[in-house]
Amino acid sequence: MDNKLVVSSSPHLRTPETIDTIMRDVLIALVPPLAVSIWLFGLNALGVVALATVACMITEAVLVHDKISIAKIKGDWSAAVTGVLYGLSLPPSTPWWIVVIGAVVAIIIGKQLFGGIGYNIFNPALVGRAFTVLAWPNYLSDWTKPFETPDVDAASAATPLSEASAEISDLFIGTVAGSLGETSILAILIGAIYLIYRGHVDIRVPVGYMGAVAAVALIGGEDVLFHLFSGSAFFAAVYMATCMVTSPFTKTGKLFFGIGCGFFTAIFRIYGAAPEGVTYAILLMNALVPFLNKYTKPKVYGEVSS
Amino acid sequence: MAGETFRGGVEPGHFKYTTEDAVEKMAAPSKVYIPMEQHIGAPCEPVVSKGDKVKLGQKIGGSDSFVSAPIHSSVSGEVVDITEYNHPIGKKAKTIVIESDGQDEADYSGGYDSLDELSSDDIKKIVKEAGIVGMGGATFPTHVKLSPPEDKPIDTVIINGAECEPYLTSDHRMMLEQGEEIVFGLKSIMKAVNCDKGVIGIEDNKKDAIENMKELVKDENNIEVMVFETKYPQGAEKQLITVATGREVPSGGLPMDVGCVVNNVGTAIAISEAIRYNKPSYERVVTVTGPGVNEAGNFKIRVGTLASEVIENCAGMSQNTRKIVMGGPMMGLSQPSPEFPVIKGTSGLLLLTENEVQFFEEKPCISCGRCIDSCPVSLLPNMIAHFTENERLEQAEEYNALDCIECGCCTYICPTKRPLVQYIRMAKGEIMAKRRKN
Ligand code: SF4
Ligand code: SF4
Repeated sequence: MDNKLVVSSSPHLRTPETIDTIMRDVLIALVPPLAVSIWLFGLNALGVVALATVACMITEAVLVHDKISIAKIKGDWSAAVTGVLYGLSLPPSTPWWIVVIGAVVAIIIGKQLFGGIGYNIFNPALVGRAFTVLAWPNYLSDWTKPFETPDVDAASAATPLSEASAEISDLFIGTVAGSLGETSILAILIGAIYLIYRGHVDIRVPVGYMGAVAAVALIGGEDVLFHLFSGSAFFAAVYMATCMVTSPFTKTGKLFFGIGCGFFTAIFRIYGAAPEGVTYAILLMNALVPFLNKYTKPKVYGEVSS
Repeated sequence: MAGETFRGGVEPGHFKYTTEDAVEKMAAPSKVYIPMEQHIGAPCEPVVSKGDKVKLGQKIGGSDSFVSAPIHSSVSGEVVDITEYNHPIGKKAKTIVIESDGQDEADYSGGYDSLDELSSDDIKKIVKEAGIVGMGGATFPTHVKLSPPEDKPIDTVIINGAECEPYLTSDHRMMLEQGEEIVFGLKSIMKAVNCDKGVIGIEDNKKDAIENMKELVKDENNIEVMVFETKYPQGAEKQLITVATGREVPSGGLPMDVGCVVNNVGTAIAISEAIRYNKPSYERVVTVTGPGVNEAGNFKIRVGTLASEVIENCAGMSQNTRKIVMGGPMMGLSQPSPEFPVIKGTSGLLLLTENEVQFFEEKPCISCGRCIDSCPVSLLPNMIAHFTENERLEQAEEYNALDCIECGCCTYICPTKRPLVQYIRMAKGEIMAKRRKN
């Protein structure tokens, strides 16, 4: 009997939460934008996201394990999250081979080169997206209008950012051209509420993000509501900038991080050449995370304030 | 009944299965194993020898050091051995083994009915002689707490009835069954430290205890029952002071630095019994609980009773018991075998089975920040653990490792199952060792 007793350090209770359960919640929160993208762009949308996801998961399993099995491909679901995020950030008409190459780059360069989950500095999905945009800019700026079958030859619409005539209600529901997952503010809002409710998203990040976008737009004399509702800013503020690994771990750090992301997003949009600065804004802020962590340490209990 | 609260903390669940079980006196065992180390400070040396006859409550161990507390026999009988024996803090310690003659012939009698004829120093002396230590588990000698230096006046005495550890219910039962002794104990402490404000702090999940204590002090205009939110570690000394008074104990400081003295309800009862009946501290209320024990409950158990006998008295343990913890699940110490004695600081014996003893694979930190948000001291447990792991002790120290109260919230909450508090404890140990050297 005695030899079966376990001796371990306290605490003897642990939360049931693990990386797997967190990632599963993030996947659940991605269902509304995914559903809207299928509604808008048809099964093609599902195809792009599924391909991106499977490519990410297999790439990770191959890199991490000698032998692969279904369980190993599932992993801790983090590769799946990267895949869905990356897939949803692509335009509906992205050719399948670009989808796959970007996914492989996301996992290899964005994640495993740094040592895998927990060690990566940059958001892997954004690394994948940044790579594809740099490598094949013309494919990645080919915007299909909603309810049209995307096809490389199809009539393409300009993204709503350069089309200042879009109705705010369309932007809210999502019936505009854009990347798969980012058009519907409503769907993203549902996902955001779920993530905040489950404790995986600190409201400081999206609020700081959108607040900064609004502030810069206001100062720059632009249409604030339009900037908040259009493009990938809100999608990124909820799903990308909140990535735990690549954002600060202190509360104040999270707020500054969100504000920084929003600030650069708006600056790149309004004053830069690239209409969609979101990717670079967040990657830039990712690099500043260690610095933000260091200078936003909370005041320790009983510390004599000097 | 919304309660006051503090920053951070976690909600690991209640598991208070034994709330309704009135305290039962457990029969004295035939042999008691009484260790000479039952408090923080200098260990005691035996003042009896093998073959001596001893009475119930007779002093058997003492020390000349101020920070120490004498130890008394918990049975009457004969000293059959003085030896090194298993100690629940995970080592062997000098232990006096006494065979009971079953007579319980007491060495003490008398006592004082009221505090009127006692001075502050009398009370401190009685508390010291009775060998009373912090019974919440900290085991700091109580008379030391009652003797703050002149320049540290005390204006608030707090009785800790938070009992924030899941599973444990002994404090709760004592507040229901011995409330009057608690109030007497509180008044004794107030008199000892010349302070006229008393607070009894209780978590809001113990409604009946709150009512009972409120009823008992309704005519005392200088004693207040305060209700706190149910959250772990509400009963941690510094957090309790902050919610009760709004003051923060300075880093590295003591409650007396902000004019407070905190004592557990069990300690208050021990003080009351020492004054009224001259009774030394040789028994205590212990919650025996957890899915592994067949008949859980709250028991008055004599110091030196082996946990194996306690479990026997509770109809044994189930076959799939995998962990025996002295104390609660958040801060208790797991034991390699049930052959260890109940000591003055044993608030609970917790038996966990296969279902509760989970093994998680440790993964790298994902910087979620949950450990930081849960830390009642506002540390960065992830960073301190990281520095310790990489042997960067200076940085661990710079990140205030020494302020950690070892509550375990960070380890509880970490989704990647990092053993954070273990690393921080290690860092604290090494930093202290280094400081002593210099
Ligand atoms: S660092 Fe220390 S005080 Fe903070 S939560 Fe962890 S164990 Fe508790
Ligand atoms: S809770 Fe665990 S995973 Fe999260 S920041 Fe702390 S150590 Fe890292």
